[in-house]
Amino acid sequence: MEITLRVDGQERRLVVDTRTSLLDALRERLGITSPKKGCDHGQCGACTVLLGGRRALSCLALAVAYEDAEIVTAAGLAEGGDLHPMQRSFIDHDALQCGYCTPGQIVSAVGMLAEAEAGWPSAVSADPDADEVVLDDAEIAERMSGNLCRCGAYVNIRPAIAEVARR
Amino acid sequence: MSVISHAVGTPLDRLDGPDKVKGAAVYAAEHPVDRPAYLYPLQATIAVGRVIALDTAAAGAEPDVLAVLTHRNAPRLASAHDAELAVLQSDEVAYRGQIIGGVIAETPETARHAAHLVRVTYAERAHDVALRPDRDDLYKPLNAAFFCRGGGELMDGSPADSAVGDVDAALAAAEVRLDATYTTPINHHNPMEPHTAVALWSDDELTVYCSTQGVTLSRDLLATVFGLDPRRVRVVCPHVGGAFGSKVYCHSYAVLAAMAAQIVHRPVKFALTRRQMFSLVGYRPATVQRIRLGADPGGRLTAIAHDVVVQTAKAKGYAEQVAVCTRCMYAAPHRRTTHRLAPLDLPVPTIMRAPGQAQGMFALESAMDEMAIACGLDPVEFRIRNEPGVDPETGRPFSSRHLVDCLRDGARRFGWDRRGPVSRARREGAWLVGTGVSASTHPSPRFAGNTTTIRAGPDGRHTVLIAAADLGTGTWTALTQIAADALGVTVDEVELRIGDTALPPASPAGGSAGIDSWGTSVVETAGRLRALIDSHHGGVVPPQGLEVTSDMPDNPDAAHYAMHSFGAQFAEVRVHADTGEVRVPRLLGVFDAGRVINPKTARSQLLGGMTMGLSMALHEQGVVDPRFGHVVNGDLAEYHIASHADVGSVEAYWVEAEDPHTNPMGSKGIGEVGIVGTAAAIANAVHHATGIRVRDLPITLDKLLRQPVVEE
Amino acid sequence: MKPFRYQRARDVRGAVDMLAQAPHGAFLAGGTNLVDLMRLGVATPDLLVDVRRLACDRIEELPDGTLRIGATVSNSELAADRRVRRRYPVLSQALLSGASGQLRNLATTGGNLLQRTRCVYFQDLTTPCNKREPGSGCPAREGYHRELAILGWSQACVATHPSDMAVALAALDAVVRTRGPDGERAVPLTELHRLPGDEPERDTVLRHGELITAVDLPPLPPAARSGYRKVRDRASYAFALVSVAAVVEPADGAVRDVRIALGGVAHKPWRASTAEQALRGAPATAERFRAAAEAELSAARPLAGNAFKIPLVCNTLVATLVGLADEPP
Repeated sequence: MEITLRVDGQERRLVVDTRTSLLDALRERLGITSPKKGCDHGQCGACTVLLGGRRALSCLALAVAYEDAEIVTAAGLAEGGDLHPMQRSFIDHDALQCGYCTPGQIVSAVGMLAEAEAGWPSAVSADPDADEVVLDDAEIAERMSGNLCRCGAYVNIRPAIAEVARR
Repeated sequence: MSVISHAVGTPLDRLDGPDKVKGAAVYAAEHPVDRPAYLYPLQATIAVGRVIALDTAAAGAEPDVLAVLTHRNAPRLASAHDAELAVLQSDEVAYRGQIIGGVIAETPETARHAAHLVRVTYAERAHDVALRPDRDDLYKPLNAAFFCRGGGELMDGSPADSAVGDVDAALAAAEVRLDATYTTPINHHNPMEPHTAVALWSDDELTVYCSTQGVTLSRDLLATVFGLDPRRVRVVCPHVGGAFGSKVYCHSYAVLAAMAAQIVHRPVKFALTRRQMFSLVGYRPATVQRIRLGADPGGRLTAIAHDVVVQTAKAKGYAEQVAVCTRCMYAAPHRRTTHRLAPLDLPVPTIMRAPGQAQGMFALESAMDEMAIACGLDPVEFRIRNEPGVDPETGRPFSSRHLVDCLRDGARRFGWDRRGPVSRARREGAWLVGTGVSASTHPSPRFAGNTTTIRAGPDGRHTVLIAAADLGTGTWTALTQIAADALGVTVDEVELRIGDTALPPASPAGGSAGIDSWGTSVVETAGRLRALIDSHHGGVVPPQGLEVTSDMPDNPDAAHYAMHSFGAQFAEVRVHADTGEVRVPRLLGVFDAGRVINPKTARSQLLGGMTMGLSMALHEQGVVDPRFGHVVNGDLAEYHIASHADVGSVEAYWVEAEDPHTNPMGSKGIGEVGIVGTAAAIANAVHHATGIRVRDLPITLDKLLRQPVVEE
Repeated sequence: MKPFRYQRARDVRGAVDMLAQAPHGAFLAGGTNLVDLMRLGVATPDLLVDVRRLACDRIEELPDGTLRIGATVSNSELAADRRVRRRYPVLSQALLSGASGQLRNLATTGGNLLQRTRCVYFQDLTTPCNKREPGSGCPAREGYHRELAILGWSQACVATHPSDMAVALAALDAVVRTRGPDGERAVPLTELHRLPGDEPERDTVLRHGELITAVDLPPLPPAARSGYRKVRDRASYAFALVSVAAVVEPADGAVRDVRIALGGVAHKPWRASTAEQALRGAPATAERFRAAAEAELSAARPLAGNAFKIPLVCNTLVATLVGLADEPP
């Protein structure tokens, strides 16, 4: 069936199977390969995109079900030629090695900061009813745990995120 | 030759960083090809036997299915010598999960669905997948070197056994003795990028976009299998989404993809699923290791014995060098190491980050901790007391060895002196707290097979060509830095090209030999280029430019020195008194890795190794169900790798010490030494926290609950 | 994945009607478990009725103090809801300890309840499984079952239910509201999921085409304190080995009332009524908590590879109750 997806600010028409995941629609049909396929089962976070401003896993979303959503990938975070501050911070902190989980980590981090801004608690929040979230290392670690990194860049990723959070 | 350093030693940002943060770096599945078809494999659902019937009618009748490939219609390969690569050449099944066919279709969804419609009938034979040290079919490895392609008994070319003096007599006479058995399970690499091959033929030439640690090796393997001149095979891989050893060897999937492309006359994409990776791309073999140590009352080792049983596959021999680390670590006049293989009906194991060293040093360094306690010595002091002056088995000097410096500096940075000698002595709330130490080591070789071409332009720009690989290791950046210094130009004036067999050949990224080998080749070529410019062109690059190609020279020092990286790792561990949950709030390592090319990317590699070591210590275990013969926890929800929340503070430092013998840069390998010893440091810290010695990885909470953690 | 048709429902009635005509169809909400299982070939619906956009996305307070949670409220919105955080911290904590941020943003309240087991054999088409293929056998009982049941299992199935949220809801006496071809009904959460018996293929008492529309949380007594403790093999992003949801109403060093549910131990969230009975009116001491936990677990039948769950549940339950009893009011 033919659908329209709004990806990184652009409307794209494409033909999909009802079975096509949003991730495969982006990667195989549209050639948008910024979201990565790491597990295809919601177990790694490499395919994270923003769906309507919230981070979500594109491997478990069926493309046909998200015709109306605004989709943002890591490629779309960079405006024009300028990197998003989170992308710049990842480079500064060497918060990546092989780079395969990286777009997912970055999109997830951007979505995570918005969640914290909205006052959402996490499993490690000392006061789950607090009005403001203080993003210390443990909070960032818990909130980012849905993004696996096999190269083990975690201890560089978290300071990279913390620096952006402080701004 | 010596090179004046400007770029080398500076913490240059990763040159591939901007592309990677946008997701613009191109990985194997992402190379644009014209009208790709998609492949989904058929895998054996028995462990051993034969395929006696295949009903592919329903699959073939699905709309958009282009072909169903099985052993009955697969092209005959030119060479079936390598059992792992002899895909679909017979009806035999040697392990569960083995490729027995593939469906090629217009879309990935169709290929996968149609594959489920194929009905297979087997004649099954009994299988045996149990790793036991008392098996009656254990054997001494004969020829497993470098995937059975080189000389030597173990994978790394070492002999299977070694002996000095009389270990049994020395053990019998020792005043302090330890005899303990340690086990390590199957580990899976699980790089984030699944293994992928995109294959296309044009005339008789094969191009494969393949996620590989070595395009040259992959090309040579494929050329052999398909009977092609290597010049007619091109393998391209500018970026690798993690590998850790699983992408050194090209495995059966790449052969299947190339076969499929031959059949359908179109480019074929084959990206493995995460689940398929648990049977098709190798894994770290499980081990059973018995260590016996003898010491005198002063805590000096008199005897060391390390006897290893390690699994291999019946399908193809693979012999991991598990006890080789013990040959170089500590002084003792009487010593022995042995390796025996247990042939199992399982998929073929392969190298995984610090193959053998990772398991072997878990055992040895746990035993050293036990022995230090038995001798009443601090574990750091005990190691220093047994530091050898020369390589204890060969008598050769070390090219450089600063292990004692690492131990001392690490102890100082970590605050080791605040540690009490008594275990189970510190409690903070519900958590029992302990600390532990381990040494690390990994060989630092140089691999042959490297050639570099450098083109100098009259504008001062240089293009450096070598088919090296960047797995996230920082090659794009570090090799550019080496080239800049060797050419006497700035980093901006160097354009590096790697990851393509259209470039001069290179050894794979493996064995902690990558940068040391490619860098040596680049330095050699740069030296010749500069000499040529001076001798024939008056010190000026001619207007038409100049190009020099040269091979990497052998290292005359290699035969005379033992060359290894070293390190000391310290861990703080918290064990929950009620639940046995283990947390590692702090890891600190100090390494002896020669001259560091790029402190920023080098630090990341060491941190990454330690993080993977933490994961190995606490989480990782491929569980084989002996009834079926496969790893049943084959996904990332069940096979746990460390997540953000599992990893606390990790620090990596190094001693500033150039190695005068390894290579012109003075560097040693850093890719693997970081994972070596981490698991032992954590296990030793768990013992310090709880009094419980866990000798079987991983250290899961049930092993700490079995005995009450706290006496009420 | 088997080919299927996809339809978007406009309202609850429409959704129910669509599925009533499709005996092999399924509702699709967040898809975080269904799409996962379809890709593995474990779930093979021929029609998906998308209910994600139905007007069941609100959390509202009813006049009697009940908090009504719409079935399509996402797990993250529910966990962040101020009323939930203040009045039902056990629920917020349970939600936040499950999955990951990305998954919680997609996953819905109704869908979370209908998650299927994480038993590795259930997910692996190449092995038998009575839940997936009735009558084929259960390899887990004598195989890999680290995460599986110690209570209430049958020869046919030793699976556990993986939801954290459901464990909290069981302790909160939540009520599940559904609409099916036969009309609306209300099912107590503790009766929604079944024990496997000889029909392990049936996870819940819901009938085909019955749609969860809301979950009702009855008000808690003002003095009640609640909490959730999850123990797992990773510090985050892992399913429970065991978990404890508890609601305690303390009074003068004693337990006026208590409600306890255990996760990771059975085919359903396990309401620990034996322990509750032993504790009502009893002094709030670690000894009594331990005795109650042991009484509850006297019915446990551990498998060869999960006997550690008995001390683990015991210790975790005691620590959770001690924590709630000690908590400053």
